[in-house]
Amino acid sequence: MNALVSASHGVPAAPPLLSAHGLGRRFEIAGGASALLARRPRRFLQALRDVSLELAPGETLGIVGESGCGKSTLARCLSGLDRPDEGSIRWQGQPMAAGSTPLQRARRVQMVFQDPYASLNPRMSLAQTLDEVLQVHALAATRGERADRVDELLMTVGLAPRLRDHLPHALSGGQRQRISIARALAVGPQVLIADEPVSALDASIQAQIINLLEELRERLKIAFVFISHDLNVVRHISDRIAVMYLGQVVESATTEALFEHPQHPYTRALLAAIPQTDPSRRSLVPALVGELPDPTAPPAGCSFSSRCPWVVGACRAHEPALLEQAPGHAVRCSNAAARSAGALDPGAAGALDPIAASQGEGRVSAP
Amino acid sequence: MNVDAGSSQLEVEDLRVRFTTPTLDLTAVDGVSFRIEAGEVFGLVGESGCGKTVTCRALIRLFGGSPPSAIEGTVRFAGRDLATLDERAWSALRGSEISMIFQDPMTSLNPTMRVGTQIAEGLQRHRGLTARDARAAAIEMLAAVGVSAPERRHLDYPHAFSGGMRQRVLIAIALACRPRLLIADEPTTALDVTVQDQILKLILKLRNDIGMSVLLVTHDIGVIAQTCDRVAVMYAGKIVESGATAQVVSRPAHPYTRALLAALPAHTRRGDPLRPIDGEPPNLAAPPTGCRFHPRCAFAIAACREVEPPPIEVEAGHRSACLRAGELG
Repeated sequence: MNALVSASHGVPAAPPLLSAHGLGRRFEIAGGASALLARRPRRFLQALRDVSLELAPGETLGIVGESGCGKSTLARCLSGLDRPDEGSIRWQGQPMAAGSTPLQRARRVQMVFQDPYASLNPRMSLAQTLDEVLQVHALAATRGERADRVDELLMTVGLAPRLRDHLPHALSGGQRQRISIARALAVGPQVLIADEPVSALDASIQAQIINLLEELRERLKIAFVFISHDLNVVRHISDRIAVMYLGQVVESATTEALFEHPQHPYTRALLAAIPQTDPSRRSLVPALVGELPDPTAPPAGCSFSSRCPWVVGACRAHEPALLEQAPGHAVRCSNAAARSAGALDPGAAGALDPIAASQGEGRVSAP
Repeated sequence: MNVDAGSSQLEVEDLRVRFTTPTLDLTAVDGVSFRIEAGEVFGLVGESGCGKTVTCRALIRLFGGSPPSAIEGTVRFAGRDLATLDERAWSALRGSEISMIFQDPMTSLNPTMRVGTQIAEGLQRHRGLTARDARAAAIEMLAAVGVSAPERRHLDYPHAFSGGMRQRVLIAIALACRPRLLIADEPTTALDVTVQDQILKLILKLRNDIGMSVLLVTHDIGVIAQTCDRVAVMYAGKIVESGATAQVVSRPAHPYTRALLAALPAHTRRGDPLRPIDGEPPNLAAPPTGCRFHPRCAFAIAACREVEPPPIEVEAGHRSACLRAGELG
């Protein structure tokens, strides 16, 4: 039984607000007409594999991982925009779909996307964008009430109500992201799923949006799922963090535990790869070598085995389970216990290191 | 072209780039000066629209569909004034002595050409290699930038490569002729953090191996701190601070650099709010008078609105264009 990515250890607390149990999602790779004619077997990309997690009321769960690890598919499944092929999503312990309409479900969980320009209708003013949501969900009785609520929403996200008739193109990137947040808040959700909400913004503006999200969390008691590839941002905002690799959660822990005592080799590489602003801490050795494996044909056994400096034969034979190494700290690695005891050295088992091998010969020769 | 003893690889003096359309007249780069020594990695850092990319493109006179109406100032490469070059001389220089890699590895490669051919092209053109020798050199370059199985992969088309691998291919193209200067404009911004780490370390390793100079443009101060020897900070078309990386990052002497560093989540304790920079970057068609940062600056005094601050040397090699640089300490 895999450990849940969960905060409530040993405490028979209320069921989590939102939880996922063994989620699996796969996409068929279109082979084109030639594949069809040649009767090649259908190929699938397993975007999510056995993903389980829990979100407590008011909590912020960070999800990190690199392109193609399944973070966005997970976000779409949790928000109901996509349906998992396996596993289930529960709301306060009950199946999400039980006894609720799609509109009711939309009022529980809302999403904020990465590119605020692409996710706003360019021909609708800010007021129209927000007004539409209020109408669809029948959240205000009269036109006047809706107008009041629109102004209130604009102010909630730090925009002046005089901007209500502006179109998205007249706004800066930061202001557009504020509107996306206002639209998500319009229905009064209990969970906000933010998929790379600040990745397209400059550092100074990024800080404004992160402060806004934190302020909203305090004021409205919303729980967040915060998805990002930027570990510094996730570290700042999250209570707990789940690290994903090739569709699986490979490690989950409280933010402190993950950054102070990372267990999984992939997490360690990810943390080592963050560019530090301290120029005295430089190294010429890459934190991680090799390429992400073909997601349609992940490595046998542990999915990280093709790039892991600690890999041993058993890693390629058996797929490790996500197991608790310490209370609240789960790791999907067969060697986690041995390694943290110092019994294994990186490279002892012959690390696969194609880049170092080719670079080691210093082969940039003059033609 | 011989490098004169004592002269820099690249000297840029008072560079100005102006764009004029019927509805718009703006100076994207306004009096930028810097020099890059042989074998040095020089960083240019700033936020969107500060003029970093326009500076790069002005250096090699490549603007694509929207050329500026005027480029002023002096650019000397290995002692030679580039303003005197005709289009023929430029073609001989670009890709051979000076190479550039762009931000987006998805659109910078020719999708209809095998990557090996794209690497070999420059070698045949600039170095007069035979097709066979150029192909062998292309395979060697792919191996050098860390593409596994290069004997097989040089025959692949760009679509068969991941984003990180495409950026490696671009670096292989840029470095095939062993340029003296590599201009890298946000080379890792579109890439994942572990791939970024691999690419930056690869650039550093190649700098050490072949001794080229690098102009690295980025918005990420972490990337600068990990990669560059010296750095210049740009704001609204001007350089506001420059110096050795350790000086600028550890002892920032311009309020903008300070604010930019303070806004990073890594520099804030968890639980504390971040410290964003108030306001928005100025409109370059109508920049603020005096110091361009003064409307957003916490240290601004009345004089900042009137006087355009000259660069002041706050310590050896470390300059700040701030009237109050001496007091910031």
